[in-house]
Amino acid sequence: MLQPLNLNRIHRWGLQSPPASHRLLPCLIQPSMADPSEAKGEGSLRKAFGGVLGVFILLLIGTLAFSIRLFSVIKYESVIHEFDPYFNYRVTQFLTKNGIYDFWNWFDDRTWYPLGRVIGGTVYPGLTLTAGSIWWLLNNLNIPLSVETVCVFTAPIFSANAAWATYLLTKAPPSHQFEVKGTGAGLTAAALLAMVPSYISRSVAGSYDNEAVAIFALIFTFYLYIKTLNTGSLFYATLNALSYFYMVCSWGGYTFIINLIPMHVLLCIVTGRYSSRLYIAYAPLVVLGTLLASLVPVVGFNAVMTSEHFASFLVKCQEVFIILHVVALVYYIKGILSPKMFKVAMTLVVTIGIAVCSAVLAILIALVASSPTKGWSGRSLSLLDPTYASKYIPIIASVSEHQPPTWPSYFMDINVLAFLVPAGIVACFLPLSDASSFVILYIATSVYFSGVMVRLMLVLAPAACIMSGIALSEAFDAFTRSIKFQLPKLFEASPSDAGDTNRGTQDEPTKVDNNTPTEKTETTAKERPSEKHRKKEKKKLEKGKEIKEKGKENTDKVSNKPLNAKKLLVLPLEASAVAILLLLILGAFYVVHCVWAAAEAYSAPSIVLTSHSHDGLHVFDDFREAYAWLKHNTDVDDKVASWWDYGYQTTAMANRTVIVDNNTWNNTHIATVGTAMSSPEKPAWDIFNSLDVKYVLVVFGGLVGYSSDDINKFLWMVRIGGGVFPHIREPDYLRDGQYRIDAHATPTMLNCLMYKLSYYRFVETDGKGFDRVRGTEIGKKHFRLTHFEEVFTTHHWMVRIYKLKSPKNRIRGKSKKKTNPKTTSKINSNKNVKKNPWQ
Amino acid sequence: MAKSSSSDAQALIRSLRSAYAATPTKLKIIDLYVVYAITTAVIQIVYMGIVGSFPFNSFLSGILSCVGTAVLAVCLRIQVNKENKEFKDLSPERAFADFVLCNLVLHLVIMNFLG
Repeated sequence: MLQPLNLNRIHRWGLQSPPASHRLLPCLIQPSMADPSEAKGEGSLRKAFGGVLGVFILLLIGTLAFSIRLFSVIKYESVIHEFDPYFNYRVTQFLTKNGIYDFWNWFDDRTWYPLGRVIGGTVYPGLTLTAGSIWWLLNNLNIPLSVETVCVFTAPIFSANAAWATYLLTKAPPSHQFEVKGTGAGLTAAALLAMVPSYISRSVAGSYDNEAVAIFALIFTFYLYIKTLNTGSLFYATLNALSYFYMVCSWGGYTFIINLIPMHVLLCIVTGRYSSRLYIAYAPLVVLGTLLASLVPVVGFNAVMTSEHFASFLVKCQEVFIILHVVALVYYIKGILSPKMFKVAMTLVVTIGIAVCSAVLAILIALVASSPTKGWSGRSLSLLDPTYASKYIPIIASVSEHQPPTWPSYFMDINVLAFLVPAGIVACFLPLSDASSFVILYIATSVYFSGVMVRLMLVLAPAACIMSGIALSEAFDAFTRSIKFQLPKLFEASPSDAGDTNRGTQDEPTKVDNNTPTEKTETTAKERPSEKHRKKEKKKLEKGKEIKEKGKENTDKVSNKPLNAKKLLVLPLEASAVAILLLLILGAFYVVHCVWAAAEAYSAPSIVLTSHSHDGLHVFDDFREAYAWLKHNTDVDDKVASWWDYGYQTTAMANRTVIVDNNTWNNTHIATVGTAMSSPEKPAWDIFNSLDVKYVLVVFGGLVGYSSDDINKFLWMVRIGGGVFPHIREPDYLRDGQYRIDAHATPTMLNCLMYKLSYYRFVETDGKGFDRVRGTEIGKKHFRLTHFEEVFTTHHWMVRIYKLKSPKNRIRGKSKKKTNPKTTSKINSNKNVKKNPWQ
Repeated sequence: MAKSSSSDAQALIRSLRSAYAATPTKLKIIDLYVVYAITTAVIQIVYMGIVGSFPFNSFLSGILSCVGTAVLAVCLRIQVNKENKEFKDLSPERAFADFVLCNLVLHLVIMNFLG
C-alpha cells in the first residue's frame, strides 16, 4: 500500500529532528515516490542543497538590509544627519587623529563653557571605537575612505549584521526537541528585521548613533544566552559575557538586558524549570558581566550600586544571583539526601532562613527608603511612572523622543507585524521551553516599555520580528504540508476537486480517530474560501488575519497529539493554495510599506531640507551656510550661545566653543541660557557677557515655514529657565493661557531677547511681517537692538547670528551736550555719582 | 520539641555526611577549591569592613575574582559530574578547556580593573 508509506515519509520529514543543525527549508520541495533506501542519499543531497540555499538567502537579506538604508545618500548626499550623530562624528574624528589613549582621557573644553566636559568618562565608546577600528583597518589595507564615509555607512553594515543575528536567534530555540521552529522561521525573522521601519528610522545611512550598533549587540547577546541555555557550554557563556560587554560599551539600553535575563531566570525557577544549564548560563554572566560593565567609564560603579549608599549594594541581577545559588544548593542536597531527611532539612532551613531574611530585608528597606529617589535615576523612574518626568524634570519631558507613542506610530513602525505577534506568542507556547519563554518575556517587556517612550519602539522591533517570523513560518508549514500531502494523490487520481481529496484523507486509517475535527475544519475551511473570494477585493489584510488564526488552530491541533502518533490535519487543497497566496500578498504589502517609509519618512537628514514647489525642488541648506560663516568669519576662541539643540552641530561643523549642547547634563547651565533668551535685552546682555559669549545664534522659520524653530521651542526655554530662576514666570509670556506673538502678545513676550532676535528687520521682507509658521503678523514690527548687532542672516532667514556689542567707552571730563549753566551745575553734581554706562 | 529537632538535626547532618562521602574524589577536590575561594572572599570582606572600601575598584575586583572562580569551578563540577544526564556527551577535556578559557577572560578583566 502506497498510502501509509506516504504518511511515513512525511512523518519522518516533518517531525523528526535532524542530527545536523541545518534544517531543510520546509515544504518547498516535493517528496519523491522512491522507496526508503534511496531516501537517505536523496535526503542528504536535499539537505546540502537546502543549506546552500539558506546561505544564499542570508546573503540576500544582508544586502537588502544594507541597500534599503541608502535612500538618504541617494536623495541628498552622504552627510551625517540630525544632531547627536554630529557629536559622535566629532569624537570619532578626534579618535582617528589622536589615538586611543588621548581619546580615553579627553577633556573637551570647547563645549559647556566654562565647565567643559569629560568626554572619556561620559560617552559610550562602543560606536566610536567600532567605526574607528573599521577606518583604521581599511586605511591599513590601503583603502583610503574618509572618516565621514565610514561613519555614514556604519549603521547599514551593522543592520545587516543584526539581521543575521536575528536569524541565529530565531533558529536557536528548541531545535533539538521539536522542529516547530527552525531555519524557515529564522530566515523569515531575518527578512522582517532587515526591513522593519522602526529599526530603519535609527539606522539609515548617515544616522551615526549608538543604536546602530547597539541593536546588533542586543540581538547577538540574546542569541548567545539562548545558545548557552540550550547547550550548557561554558564557552558560549564566555562569549555571552563578552557580547554583553560590547553592548554595555555601546548604549545605555544595556540595563534592559541585565534586567530581562534575571527576570527570565526567576521565571524559570518559579515555573520549576531549573536545570544546571540555567546555572551555567546565568552565574558566569553575572560575575563576568558585572566586572566588564564596571570597566566602561560611563557605567563605572553603577553596575554594582544603584544608589549612593554602599549598603544598598544589590542590583536586581545580583539578588537573582543569590536566589539562583540557593535553588541550586537545594536541588543538589535533594539529589544526595533521602526524601525523609530532605524534609527535615527543609523545615530547619526554612525556620532559620525566614528569620535571617526578614532581618536583612528590614535593613535594606530602611536604607533605600532614606534616599530621596529610592535609588533610581530620573530616566528609569520615568519608565516606571510615565508621568514622573513631566512633573519633575522638564528637560526629560521636553525631548520629543521621550514622549509616549500614539497608536498610528505602531502601525507606521512595525506595520503588519503588529498583528502577527499574538500568533507568534501562541506558537511559542507549543511547546513551551526555556528559550521560548525567554522570547515571550522579551516581547512582553518591550511592548510595555515601548508604550512609555517612543524611542524604545526600537527595542520592540527585533522581538516583533522574531514572533512574526515564527508565526509566518508556522502558517506556511501548515499550508504547504497540506498541499504536499494532497498533491501526489491529485496527480494519481483524476484531476479532481476538493471532494476527491476529502475522500482521500478520510480513507487514511490513521486519521479515523480525528474524523470529526477533520470534517469540522474542512467544512469551515471550505466556507471560508468562498467567503474570501467574495470579499477579496475589499479587505485583504483582514483575511490574512483569519488565515493566521486558522493556521494557529491547526498548529494547536497538530501539536497536541503525541509525537509518535502524529496525525496530519490536512486542509483542502484550494484553501491552502489561496491561503499561501494571501500570505504572500501580506508580505508584499509589508515590503511596499517598508520601502515607502524608508524612502519618504525616515531618510531626511534634517540638516538639509527640501521642498517641492511649482518651479521645481528648493533646497534649504541654511544650517550649513551659517556654520560655515561662523567657521570663516570668527576667531577660533569665540564663544557661541544658542539653544542646546544646536550645540553638537556647532562644535562639529563650525568648530566654535558653545555654552550648552545636546548632552544636557547640567540643568542650571541650560536654565541660564534659557533665562537669557527670555529676558529683555539688557539683562540678557549681562548674562551672556558673564559667560564670555561673543555670538548668539537663533533659528527662525517664519519666512519659509520651518516649524522647528526657536520661537516654537521658546516655551520650553521659559519653563526650564523658570525652574531654576524664579523671576521667569511662564504666565507672563502667555495671553489668556495662549502662546502668541502677534499684537495681542504680552509686553514681556514682545520685549524678550528671543522675540527681538527672531523678528529683527523681519518686517522688511514683505512689509507686513507675516510669520508663516504661526500664521499671524508679528506684534512689534519696528524696533532697534541696543545691545546686539546682526552680523549674519542666512539666505532663507533660517539661522540668524548676532554679535554682542561691546560696552560703550566711558567719557571723562565734560559731557558731550552743551547745556545752560543751570543744568550744568546739576550735571556737575551728578558726576560724583557713578553713572551706569548703559542707561 | 527542641529535643526532637536537635536529634533531627543530628540525623540530618549524619546523612548529609554519609551521602557526601560517596562522591568521587575529583569532585571533592573541586569542592575544596570552591570553599577556598569563598573563604578568601569572606576574608576580603572582613578586611574591607575594618579598613574601609577605598579604592572601591580594587575591592570589587578582588571580591569578584574570588566569586568568579568559585562560580566557574561549580560550573566545571556540574559538567564533569557523571551523574548529570544532560552532560553525558560532553567530554571532561572539553569542560576543562572551557573552564580554562573562561578563567583566562575573567583574570584578564580582573587585572585590568584592579588598578
